[in-house]
Amino acid sequence: MRILGHKLTVTAQIGIAIVVINLFVALFAPLIAPFDQATPVGDAWADPSAQHWLGLDNLGRDLLSRLIYGARMSIGLSLIITALSFLIGVITGFSAAVIGGWVDQLLSRIVDLLLSMPTLIFAFVILSVLGSALPVLIVTIAILDSTKVFRLARSVAVTIVSLEFVEAARLRGEGWWWVVTREVLPNAIPPLTAEFGLRFCFTFLFIAALSFLGLGVQPPDADWGSMVKDYRDMINFGSAAPLYPAGAIAILTIGVNFVVDWMLAIHSRGQGEGA
Amino acid sequence: MLKLVLNRLGLGVLTLFAASVLIFIGTEILPGDLASAILQNTATPETLAKMRLDLGLDRPAYLRFFQWLFGALHGDFGLSLANGRDVLEEIAPRFANTMFLATYAAIVAVPLAIGLGLLAAIRQGGFFDRLVNVVTLMTISVPEYFLAYLLIKYVAVDLGWFPSLASVSSDTPFLDRLYITFLPMLTLVLVIVAHMMRMTRASVLSVMASPYIEMAILKGLKNSRIVVRHALPNALAPIIAVVALNLAYLIVGVVVVETVFVYPGLGQLMVDEVSKHDVPVVQACGLIFAATFILLNMIADILGILSNPRLRHPR
Repeated sequence: MRILGHKLTVTAQIGIAIVVINLFVALFAPLIAPFDQATPVGDAWADPSAQHWLGLDNLGRDLLSRLIYGARMSIGLSLIITALSFLIGVITGFSAAVIGGWVDQLLSRIVDLLLSMPTLIFAFVILSVLGSALPVLIVTIAILDSTKVFRLARSVAVTIVSLEFVEAARLRGEGWWWVVTREVLPNAIPPLTAEFGLRFCFTFLFIAALSFLGLGVQPPDADWGSMVKDYRDMINFGSAAPLYPAGAIAILTIGVNFVVDWMLAIHSRGQGEGA
Repeated sequence: MLKLVLNRLGLGVLTLFAASVLIFIGTEILPGDLASAILQNTATPETLAKMRLDLGLDRPAYLRFFQWLFGALHGDFGLSLANGRDVLEEIAPRFANTMFLATYAAIVAVPLAIGLGLLAAIRQGGFFDRLVNVVTLMTISVPEYFLAYLLIKYVAVDLGWFPSLASVSSDTPFLDRLYITFLPMLTLVLVIVAHMMRMTRASVLSVMASPYIEMAILKGLKNSRIVVRHALPNALAPIIAVVALNLAYLIVGVVVVETVFVYPGLGQLMVDEVSKHDVPVVQACGLIFAATFILLNMIADILGILSNPRLRHPR
């Protein structure tokens, strides 16, 4: 099977299938889920039955529905954060590369500083003061993550900026915004797309980890990370309940990684070739 | 060369100072008064005023920062807001526990990863190589608690080989400790081995494309000898970088693993205190984690320079 002229490997096909299914579930959650995510419908920890395919959870809510709604919350939140961090990182990265000079130096030093701190720890520090409301989570993680996007965007842009057509545009008198959007951006899309996938995975796992620790998405919103936290005690009784949301997290990240791996493989070039 | 090392050390100290500023800013000067953030729902004008006085919020920010920093350097992090005990007393045993777990995992993971990576490079393209490739891609994708709960369910609960809760105290004998912390150690190992192994393999393979390796092959040397004696020394620099990065990650990844196994370490403490808004403890933990992280990154930098003779004597 070929997409846009590139051959798909087995792992890439599996990855794309996983991603598409997850996106579909996340988008159409209210239409697919048999029950509501927050309303108890029976006794706690009822066994799986024909009506409730995965049984009920610790408060009597349908596990399968919570899993479906959780997809929407986890994936949606991660997409928003990744998009925001990408927006910040790409604009600052490209600007640093195109403007150069002290702007570049200043931005790079600031980013190096932020990168020297372990992200989880810094997120803890901020969340301990501001609490875990959704806007706080989104902005904090987006800013912390944009540093890594900055690094990549800047190095990609620096390579492109050294090419002749950019120099020609500058000599014509184009301003830096024009150069960034019309010369650099279209040529930077392949590596940026792969990076988007990787950043999404990282953000997704990060949000899930924060929720698992009780510091991310707060109840009653269903979210895969906090679902693992809520069901963790059941593992001692032999129930696989926490493995369902944790498994869902794992499957999605594996899928995205497969796709990103494939994208990187088709766009990587040998050492002797040009930019 | 000594100059280079000192240079790196100096840079490390500076970064640590900057990190401490960031931590302090993060907790003290964010919008929204610190006193109300700590007191949340129980805030009344009187309690707020008293809390502000206790925290010294009437003094200017830079004064508070230096006071905190000097105190920290002397081991005085203040008192915990949750139970009034000295912060250092609370942290010290937990820090020891966390370092034990991290070291245990590191000692097992690093040789294992490099060994597997070399093996995969020697038998490149073979079944072992491709299998290991896919398995490690999956292991680095999944969250640590998934691996942890898998291990707990199947190894601890179903098979009963190891305990599912890693509860140690200060008088647990050493061998018992190794046994009780086996599963958390295994979880950490699984997460970092994959990354280091992939990098070892990639780095060695990229060196294998060099002309002197081709010469060695033409001379008729065995593949394993070529990889270990000729390729590996030149491939060391990125491998060391990744090993150090992963050890630095260990410090952070240990937080989740401690929570899953209810292991009394620094990570679990920090998580508990964050939700209680116990700022002094969070600041102290944050500083310690950041310091370890920066220290490991710095060691990685220095080792990377030392392992490359060309960088050791810059001209």
